[in-house]
Amino acid sequence: MNLMEPILPSYLDQSDAVRERFERIRQRETILEVRKLGKRYRSPQGEVEALRGIDFSVRRREFVCVIGPSGCGKSTLIRILAGLDKHTSGEALLDGKPITGPGQDRGMVFQGYSLFPWLTVKKNVMFGPHMKGEGNDQAERDAQLWLELVGLEKFADAYPHQLSGGMRQRVAIARALVNQPRILLMDEPFGALDAQTRAKMQSHLIDIWRNIDVTVLFITHDLDEAIYLADRILVLKAHPGEVQEVIEVPVPRPRTPGQFNSPEFRATKARLEALIHPAPEPLPEDEQAVKPHMIRFTDVHDNVE
Amino acid sequence: MNMIANWFGGSADVDARRRALLGIGSFLLPLLAWCLISYTPFIWHPKVLVTDPGGVDYFQVDMRVDKAMFKEEVANMQQAHLALPQGQPSNPIYLPAPDEVAKAFYNGFVNPPSNTDVPSMPASLWHSIQIIFWGFLLSSLIGVPLGILSGTYATLGRLNEPFIEFFRYLPAPAFGALAVAILGIYNGPKIAIIVIGTLFQQVLIIANTTRKLETTLIEAARTLGSKNLKLLTKVVVPGILPDLYRDQRILLGWAWTYLIVAELIGTSSGITWFITQQARYQHFDNVYAAIMTIGLIGFGSDLILARLGRRLFPWDRTQDRQ
Repeated sequence: MNLMEPILPSYLDQSDAVRERFERIRQRETILEVRKLGKRYRSPQGEVEALRGIDFSVRRREFVCVIGPSGCGKSTLIRILAGLDKHTSGEALLDGKPITGPGQDRGMVFQGYSLFPWLTVKKNVMFGPHMKGEGNDQAERDAQLWLELVGLEKFADAYPHQLSGGMRQRVAIARALVNQPRILLMDEPFGALDAQTRAKMQSHLIDIWRNIDVTVLFITHDLDEAIYLADRILVLKAHPGEVQEVIEVPVPRPRTPGQFNSPEFRATKARLEALIHPAPEPLPEDEQAVKPHMIRFTDVHDNVE
Repeated sequence: MNMIANWFGGSADVDARRRALLGIGSFLLPLLAWCLISYTPFIWHPKVLVTDPGGVDYFQVDMRVDKAMFKEEVANMQQAHLALPQGQPSNPIYLPAPDEVAKAFYNGFVNPPSNTDVPSMPASLWHSIQIIFWGFLLSSLIGVPLGILSGTYATLGRLNEPFIEFFRYLPAPAFGALAVAILGIYNGPKIAIIVIGTLFQQVLIIANTTRKLETTLIEAARTLGSKNLKLLTKVVVPGILPDLYRDQRILLGWAWTYLIVAELIGTSSGITWFITQQARYQHFDNVYAAIMTIGLIGFGSDLILARLGRRLFPWDRTQDRQ
């Protein structure tokens, strides 16, 4: 170990301001309550338990990230909350009412944008209001407003294929928020973006969340992203998917990219790394079978290293 | 090597002109081959067109005889010291030269025959186009909704697709006699054959296209509050529309290929009647002209529909690759 490296504080240590903030969050009403939630399904390999005994709750205007190794069922969890999949045990309550199917009280942003390619940007955002039965004028006013919020009012009449990945995801966010959902469910929304766009979108998402009354449940596999965005991080483990720990992020708000190197940030990241990559897992069998036999194809003196 | 790479790969904007040139070339090459065979006397030309029968009693002017037979008669006449027959190399009657077909094509449209027994080419074509139109319309009225519903609702698909899968292997012309018994001898059975030939493929192709719609689009729509009928009309149908349009274009071509068989059923009619009549009189130039007109109408209407599709579906990316 490098002696110059200062010893990190515990990720459980919170400054007074941070502790006070969590105290205030706990005072707020619960939006989403998940109790003993489980999901089993049949697959060709037999019965699989994707989720077991998931317990957590999200307060109003809280930002919660869900993180875990692949196969931990984080996507299944968010799909159940969106009403796209059915759970097999336990319950999920939104404002005290059980979730039985999709609804406008929950907005969802997918990794693959999933914008309607045959509609212009504005018409995409107007889709939700139309489904609610709103007239054209009202829907158009709403759409205009939310497009301004994500900074795309100039692209209202463009088609999705004419936009970059980051812009498409902004449209998807506007399309979900125009319905004014109680909770915004985001399934690895920035996973397909390049690093620069991703950082911009993260800051933009925090801006949106700060300014409107919305609660966010955000799935990611990027540890930095989770710490940067979240109030609390729900860490899942795989096979079956269970809650391993719920971490209260000790990094103070407002968050800036400069905090990536702060002791609190690094302490939290160290903890997440310990939880998610504990011991080196044995490689899957097909990976073990790959043994490259390196042959020298260049001049013996022509070295690159 | 580099040139080959340029012609086959290359960027899209440079390619537009080359593609047009290659497209024209694809038509010019067979035409060139046809011209070579028709106008070069030493290529093929297995017959001799008699211009002067000479002393051969059974030769007539404009008669086509085999080269070997002509040579034999020339030798015979030389021995008999009679006038030698004259002739020029020619192709069999069933292969007219391009200019003859072009003339027949022009005359077919500009100078329709005065003889009312023989149908004119435009009238025959118009009749055929009507048969295609009604056959394809009827087929689409059933096939498109059924295909979309079968693709959307798995239960419905499983209920009808195995039977349709079986039925599509039954050759449509096999139903000819049955269609005549039920629908009479005029247009009814002809339209029925086109429907039978198109409909079953149509349901399966459109069901398949519908199933290929991205599930996340449907899921996104559901989280935005749409369900049931709205999901079908506001998401599934617009989502597959460009592909559905493409399928319909292919199926329309399919319907054309059933035309000739369909028109032979009951009383022969339309362009098929025209072609069989002209072949009977050995007017093969007219036969070729009529066959090519079918090709031109099919190909031309598809080109127009493709253009129209680009206008109708500006968001459709797959069209850029065509």
